[in-house]
Amino acid sequence: MSLEFELLAFIWAGLIAFAVLVYVILDGFDLGLGILFPFARSEGDRDLMMNSVAPVWDGNETWLVLGGGGLFAVFPLAYAIIMPALYMPITLMLLALIFRGVSFEYRWRTKRWKRVWDWAFFGGSTLAAFCQGIALGALVQGIEVTERAYSGGWFDWLTPFSILAGFAVVVGYALLGATWLVLKTEGDIQLQMRGYAWYLGAGTLALIALVSIITPFLEPVYFHRWFNLPGSLWSMIVPILMLGLAWSFFTGLNDGKDLRPFLSALGFFMVSFVGIGISFYPMMVPPNLTIWQVAAPEKSLAFALVGAAILIPIILAYTAYAYWVFRGKMDPSKGYH
Amino acid sequence: MLDGFSAETLARVQFAFTVSFHIIFPAFSIGLASYLAVLNGLWIKTRDETYLNLFNYWKKIFAVAFGMGVVSGIVMSYQFGTNWSVFSDKAGPVVGPLMAYEVMSAFFLEAGFLGIMLFGREKVGERLHMFATAMVAIGTLMSATWILAVNSWMQTPQGYSIAANGQFVPEDWLAIIFSPSFPYRLVHMVLAAYLTVAFVVAAVSALHLLRDKTDKESRRAFSMAMWMAVLVTPIQIFAGDMHGINTLEHQPVKVAAMEGHFDSHGDNQPLALFGVPNAETGQLDYALEVPYLGSLILTHSLNGQIKGLNEFPKSEWPPLTIVFFSFRVMVGIGFAMLGLGLWGAWARWKSKLYDWTWLHRAAVVMGPAGFIAVLAGWITTEVGRQPYTVYGLLRTADSLAPVQAPAVATSLMAFVVVYFFVFGAGTFYVLRMMNKRPATPKLGLRDGPIRSAGLTPVTQTHPDAMPGE
Ligand code: HDD
Ligand code: HEM
Ligand code: HEM
Repeated sequence: MSLEFELLAFIWAGLIAFAVLVYVILDGFDLGLGILFPFARSEGDRDLMMNSVAPVWDGNETWLVLGGGGLFAVFPLAYAIIMPALYMPITLMLLALIFRGVSFEYRWRTKRWKRVWDWAFFGGSTLAAFCQGIALGALVQGIEVTERAYSGGWFDWLTPFSILAGFAVVVGYALLGATWLVLKTEGDIQLQMRGYAWYLGAGTLALIALVSIITPFLEPVYFHRWFNLPGSLWSMIVPILMLGLAWSFFTGLNDGKDLRPFLSALGFFMVSFVGIGISFYPMMVPPNLTIWQVAAPEKSLAFALVGAAILIPIILAYTAYAYWVFRGKMDPSKGYH
Repeated sequence: MLDGFSAETLARVQFAFTVSFHIIFPAFSIGLASYLAVLNGLWIKTRDETYLNLFNYWKKIFAVAFGMGVVSGIVMSYQFGTNWSVFSDKAGPVVGPLMAYEVMSAFFLEAGFLGIMLFGREKVGERLHMFATAMVAIGTLMSATWILAVNSWMQTPQGYSIAANGQFVPEDWLAIIFSPSFPYRLVHMVLAAYLTVAFVVAAVSALHLLRDKTDKESRRAFSMAMWMAVLVTPIQIFAGDMHGINTLEHQPVKVAAMEGHFDSHGDNQPLALFGVPNAETGQLDYALEVPYLGSLILTHSLNGQIKGLNEFPKSEWPPLTIVFFSFRVMVGIGFAMLGLGLWGAWARWKSKLYDWTWLHRAAVVMGPAGFIAVLAGWITTEVGRQPYTVYGLLRTADSLAPVQAPAVATSLMAFVVVYFFVFGAGTFYVLRMMNKRPATPKLGLRDGPIRSAGLTPVTQTHPDAMPGE
């Protein structure tokens, strides 16, 4: 293994992690809205909720394609092992994303069936979030590999831990959705979402704590990472950061701030993500395969990196621009369509 | 219900089913995105409301079709891993980076500017809105470029070496991207998308002309579409011919299957217009053939040499019947399109373009022709390169993921049910929108002065919703 290869693979692992994190926080609030959809008190509120993400949802979801496509490009072996291992949850997630994706347009195109697509939006969003949690949980638990292929059964992913992770993601996304609406709306609906945010915030934190406590006991590697020097430094810093964010979240809600709860909730996700990274590194497919064992040859890594280095900053710039164009509170009298 | 089928068969059916649905939407959105950019440009240049009305009309239809394209596309990109993981592991180092470029240079571009194109005219102003519209169109074309580079490499691989662990290793990226069949496939597919949309636009405008000959928008759109039909179809037929010659060079078995050639005829290969390929006997039953024409078309000379199927081992043959017939469907539609285009040109010359109702009826009938040709073309291409996924190097049977048959059977049934339900509903909505006149105020309400006329109740935040539906 040449030094360049090691470095390139390392950079790519970071980039894929970055893409997944951006996906989680962007599509997180967007799926979260869907999870909260049935709780809206009126048709007008539902329209408003959906319109608050209609211009950007497609861009948000593209990060998922980058996560998957990027894995295929630079860690093909990881992609080839993880996808069959998670066959059921991934397929379900894809089906769920179909339902929620089309409802953005469909529900405006029909009166009689509007309710059907409202439910499709809710069901699709919730199921997609749940499946993502399950996939994460199953990955954390480790995947059975023989030579270059997955060698477990088609229900290995189904365990109490992965179900727990599924719930954690649903509640967490709902929190992101609620705080996004606090940011984007005014009046009754904002008040309602602010109320939900209290419970969802507490729920999210409790579930994160539960998952974090269980994780080190799933694999000896994780345990060592967290409870041996220098790892145990992390096991101090991560919870402390979490506490700080929790404080900022609840006081923000209490003081009637619009932006701070949303940012703090994003922080929960980022810190948890760092936590998962600490457990995993340098594994790509826990418990056995490292980043370098699953990486594509150097030529693939280098070629793809040239594109990423040029294009990702541009993507971030125009994505930011699109958010900027549709900034500010939603005006209920204006339909976007 | 699907017991007894192997995981391989089921995975192939699932891939064919999902990709066939998917390709319908890109074919439509590639063409429509460019058409919208043209309409918007003409509106800005001429300030003729007709163009704006057309833009707003097709924009709404585009939004629905685009949404269906996105969600069905995401399924495709994950399916490589879930169902064809050995292929992903082995070919990933070569095709993966190309698909990553597609995501970064095309999908983000479309998605990032789509919101502004659909909802942002008032917010960003005409110039930036035009820019966003152009970016969406460019995004769809970039997407086609990259994905076709992937597909072409799988058909005519070059620029790689094979590593000890079985992976394809890229050696020369330019050679990989510009594999021998790529230029032909790209041109042929983009033209196919443009033609598909031209015939849909022609059909919709013709429908409204049949109801009201004076409808301004429909006249304008019908005229534009008929220009496309008569100008682009001949180019497409020419491109298809070149494509075929290229395939003859690189995948002679495929061409033999498309043409129904079992025996090499030396220098006077006939062209089979019809027949039923019989793999058992190695003959074309019920053949209706034109002598010499086969040599003429494929080699552009009366006595070009062509190898028949019987010169290759049977294990290398693709499924013959499918390839033979799907190819004929595509070519037949190509000539039907040419016919309609010429008819339209004649009507225009006689100044009867908006009057000949039989022309309009024919245009309505030809509305779905592009979709059928696109599907038939892809089936020819993809079935014709069986039994390989990477031509000559990696067999489909060896590309499969280690997933059990019941898992694939379950997912296949779920895809079938969900796709017919969801995309069936979407198609219904698109058709219902098409059934309204382009200038229908209800369709483009937000851009008109209707709100000030007090027709919109305050709670109706979505003015396009169609009452009573
Ligand atoms: C509007 C659509 C349309 C029309 C009118 C035609 N085609 Fe086509 N054809 C396609 C749409 C298409 C396609 C969907 O775009 C394909 C599949 C893959 C590709 O690159 O183009 C294709 C593939 C395809 C192939 C297979 C090449 C390979 O091996 O990959 C050949 C030889 C032709 N075409 C030839 C023709 C000829 C001779 C036509 C003359 C009438 C024709 N096509 C009309
Ligand atoms: C350009 C992107 C494409 C790629 C990378 C691609 C890749 C593949 C792969 C890997 C297979 C092997 C799996 C199998 O045999 O089922 C396949 C087969 C197939 N593909 Fe494509 N495909 C592409 C486009 C299309 C399109 C647009 C269609 C449109 C209908 C299509 C139709 C099919 C069909 C019908 C099969 C099944 C053939 C058979 O099993 O006999 N493909 N393709
Ligand atoms: C089997 C191969 C294919 C895969 C894996 C695939 C993957 C995808 C994905 C993931 C998306 C959604 C992107 C988003 O989030 O915006 C998409 C959309 C799209 N794809 Fe495909 N695709 C395939 C075949 C094709 C082919 C053959 C073409 C055209 C030549 C094509 C053109 C497009 C375009 C233009 C879009 C934008 C959305 C739309 O047009 O509706 N794709 N595809």
